[in-house]
Amino acid sequence: MQKFTSKHAETSCGDERSGDTAARPLLRIEGLSKRFGSVAAVDRLSLDIYPGEFFALLGPSGCGKTTLLRLIAGFERPTAGRILLDGVDIASVPPYRRPVNMMFQSYALFPHLSVEANVAFGLKQEGLPRREIAGRVADILAMVKLGDYAARKPHQLSGGQRQRVALARSLVKRPRVLLLDEPLAALDKKLRDATRFELMELQRQIKLTFIIVTHDQSEAMMVADRIGVMDQGRLMQVAAPAEIYQRPNSRWVADFVGDINFFQGRVGDDHMTVEGTAAGRLRVAAPIEAEARTPVWVAVRPERMLLSRQEPASGLDNSLGGTIVETGYLGELSIYRIRVADGSAVKAAVVNAGRGGEPVPAQGDHVWLSFPPEAATVLTR
Amino acid sequence: MKRAKSDRSWRSLVIAAPYLWLLLFFLVPFLIVLKISFAQSAIALPPYTPVFDFSAGWRGIENFFENLSVGSYRLLGSDPLYLLSYVKSLEIAAFSTLMLLAVGYPIAYGIARAPRRLQAVLVVLVVLPFWTSFLIRIYAWMNILQRDGPLNQLLMTLHIVRQPPVWLASDTAIYIGIVYSYLPFMVLPLYAVLEKLDQSLIEAAADLGCPRWKTFWLVTLPLSSPGLLAGVLLCFIPIVGEFVIPDLLGGSRTPMIGQTIWMEFFGNKDWPAASAVAVVLVCLLVTPIVIFQHQAMRKAERD
Amino acid sequence: MRRVTWFNLCAIVLGIAFLYLPIVILVIYSFNASRLVAVWGGWSTQWYAQLAGDTAIVGAALMSLRVAFVSASLATLLGTLAALALVRFGRFRGRLLFASMIYAPLVMPEVITGLSMLLLFVAISVDRGFWTVVIAHTTMAMCFVAVVVQARLADFDMSLEEAAMDLGAPPLRTFLTVTLPLILPAIVAAWMLAFALSLDDLVIASFTTGPGATTLPIRIYSEIRLGVKPEINAVCTIFIAVVGIAVLVASLLTKLTGARGTSARIEP
Repeated sequence: MQKFTSKHAETSCGDERSGDTAARPLLRIEGLSKRFGSVAAVDRLSLDIYPGEFFALLGPSGCGKTTLLRLIAGFERPTAGRILLDGVDIASVPPYRRPVNMMFQSYALFPHLSVEANVAFGLKQEGLPRREIAGRVADILAMVKLGDYAARKPHQLSGGQRQRVALARSLVKRPRVLLLDEPLAALDKKLRDATRFELMELQRQIKLTFIIVTHDQSEAMMVADRIGVMDQGRLMQVAAPAEIYQRPNSRWVADFVGDINFFQGRVGDDHMTVEGTAAGRLRVAAPIEAEARTPVWVAVRPERMLLSRQEPASGLDNSLGGTIVETGYLGELSIYRIRVADGSAVKAAVVNAGRGGEPVPAQGDHVWLSFPPEAATVLTR
Repeated sequence: MKRAKSDRSWRSLVIAAPYLWLLLFFLVPFLIVLKISFAQSAIALPPYTPVFDFSAGWRGIENFFENLSVGSYRLLGSDPLYLLSYVKSLEIAAFSTLMLLAVGYPIAYGIARAPRRLQAVLVVLVVLPFWTSFLIRIYAWMNILQRDGPLNQLLMTLHIVRQPPVWLASDTAIYIGIVYSYLPFMVLPLYAVLEKLDQSLIEAAADLGCPRWKTFWLVTLPLSSPGLLAGVLLCFIPIVGEFVIPDLLGGSRTPMIGQTIWMEFFGNKDWPAASAVAVVLVCLLVTPIVIFQHQAMRKAERD
Repeated sequence: MRRVTWFNLCAIVLGIAFLYLPIVILVIYSFNASRLVAVWGGWSTQWYAQLAGDTAIVGAALMSLRVAFVSASLATLLGTLAALALVRFGRFRGRLLFASMIYAPLVMPEVITGLSMLLLFVAISVDRGFWTVVIAHTTMAMCFVAVVVQARLADFDMSLEEAAMDLGAPPLRTFLTVTLPLILPAIVAAWMLAFALSLDDLVIASFTTGPGATTLPIRIYSEIRLGVKPEINAVCTIFIAVVGIAVLVASLLTKLTGARGTSARIEP
């Protein structure tokens, strides 16, 4: 189900959900806009989030993902549009009355309160009996493995511990939706990787709906059930991680998520080929749903490129020759930049473990690149 | 929404209380000064005419405007005492600000380069005298600068001078008193910027072959200009209007402008003249602030 | 790398000496037995003994403390509100005038502030005394308070307030449970500053005071206009001692509370 029609971003959301969630959305965002002066941080955006889902908003900085999160939390008032939680519009409900909690990028732990008091803060606002508060705080602290740190002040904790306090504080209120604003950005790489698994595990355990904002694509791909890729206040594509990676709906998404090669050409008369590219005529796996002769782009991920010294036997695969101009050794992979006939550079990634005894290609070598039709994605925009 | 309404009333209360207070006790008094500066001196209580007579209604207001006079301002122009007084105030403020810079910059620089732990202590040491009374600090210098005070005793014992020089009732004493009293106001803003100055910038300049004195001139000084400007404003403006220091340490030949206002008011009981002197002084002082603000705004626009 | 060079060391040592030597000399001379201040006549505490009997000085000191206490408290309240309005309320009608009225008194020569205050009190025919001095000091000090508290509020991490609201605390409760405790040190410092400013002021008090409301600086000033007096040396020494002890206690208190905060870090 590749998308060839140039659907408008605002309408292309929420309809390609994967997974086993119920059909009724928990959170529905309709035509939501937020303008700061003349700048639209969020621009006529619509999105459905389903119960129990782990949803990631992914985009470059300044794309409006944090503003969208703050609109859901209630810190910003929408210029237009509705935010429906269980079918009720909460757009004008102040943040302290929304059953939605947020974990801040800076953690925003109250420096004058102990870990325990920080976590208890939200429950106290509900006016719960003291005994219940104490019990729930102890439970959640045990869950994030901070039971022994209850009496400490935030400045006496490590970065990872602070992150867990912030998480516990927003979870203890049992919100309908938990919002996480770059929750792992302040951690170093090792800890970040470990925490990703913990976060996924936690979400599975408590079956809450999570919306995470991140600029880190590997983080989004790893933790989320679905990803919404945002740019300039709009959702460019909403889909499961594999779908986003393998079948991006635009050059922008393809380029933003991972590395990719583009070959520009025109749709052939048989709708199964793209003509006039740097690699000549390229075959694709499925019929192209576009007028013949319209300009399109064939996108191929570097790791789908096969590198060989001899010209591949003319089969169904597409192929082109070139000269290696740069090589980069990354451990598990090696990256090659190959200058092809029209002067442009094509990237190829080769798994080092898969190599036989053959000599490693080096700079200046003439090589052949090939890829099967299934590896090619045709993009119309 | 009820909640939003109560929020709004809180808001207006938070603004209104200080706002009204300042209107009533800062702006209105100043407008009264402005008004009286256009009145005529009289032997009465209060010693000026016209008095605003609300009971006479419109006629009273008309009467008031008819009797307004610029006599006080004409007096300011004709009597050289006032002009000399202004010039002296500006002169003393300008020179003492320069001295404060010369004394304060090395101290601020020294503190900013001291080990971290020591810095806090040194800042407290610089600020501490400020907490003791201004008057007491000036009085301390009256002790020292007396004819047979400790300074002259020291100079005589060291055979630097044969006759004890007269320090008090001179401009020298005024300068000493001002530099002493205003030093924290110069050191603190300078320290604040110097402390934030990235040490690697100095190292980068050295790395690029810049000698130390040149680094100071080309890197440190330009980067400390915000603190420099703040310190200069913080010292210069109040010094122009200074009263206590020249009154206790200075001579009586040419009074500074603060003394002139005081004398006109308490001595001559010429309230309109005192007010006119004050109005002109405010205009004089507002000008550098407006220029400073304007430049700060233009800089903000450029950035 | 921070290096202490000879130049820096000299600048600091000379600077500190310049600031403290006059005060030290004043303190020493207050223990001089001789009536002639400049001639050393041996150690004595007679001037202190004489002070205890001087009801005028003691009364003026008490008056100063009362004025300082009331005006500092009022100024802290009004100044904190003003700081909140400036930092938190964005643009409101008359904000420019408001901000100008906050900043102008900071640099306004005291002579003019005092003069204008006096003219106001005369115009509305208020009898001058304790309350007129309090009003004048409050007006001057609240601007300093506003600047101190504003600085703290300006670098206040807004996400802390947002977090409190996100966890269900309405705006007023957010202010009381999160904002206020965190800006309290600045408010306390501002109160101390306002207190010191009031205690210190001679000029504004001279204009706005009336019969029966002579403050300590007015008293001292009228004594020393004509020259140095040993009793005044003693008064000043007591004043310096009180201020010194107050600052010492304040810094010890902050050290202690700071230490309580850090001690737990060493625990396993």
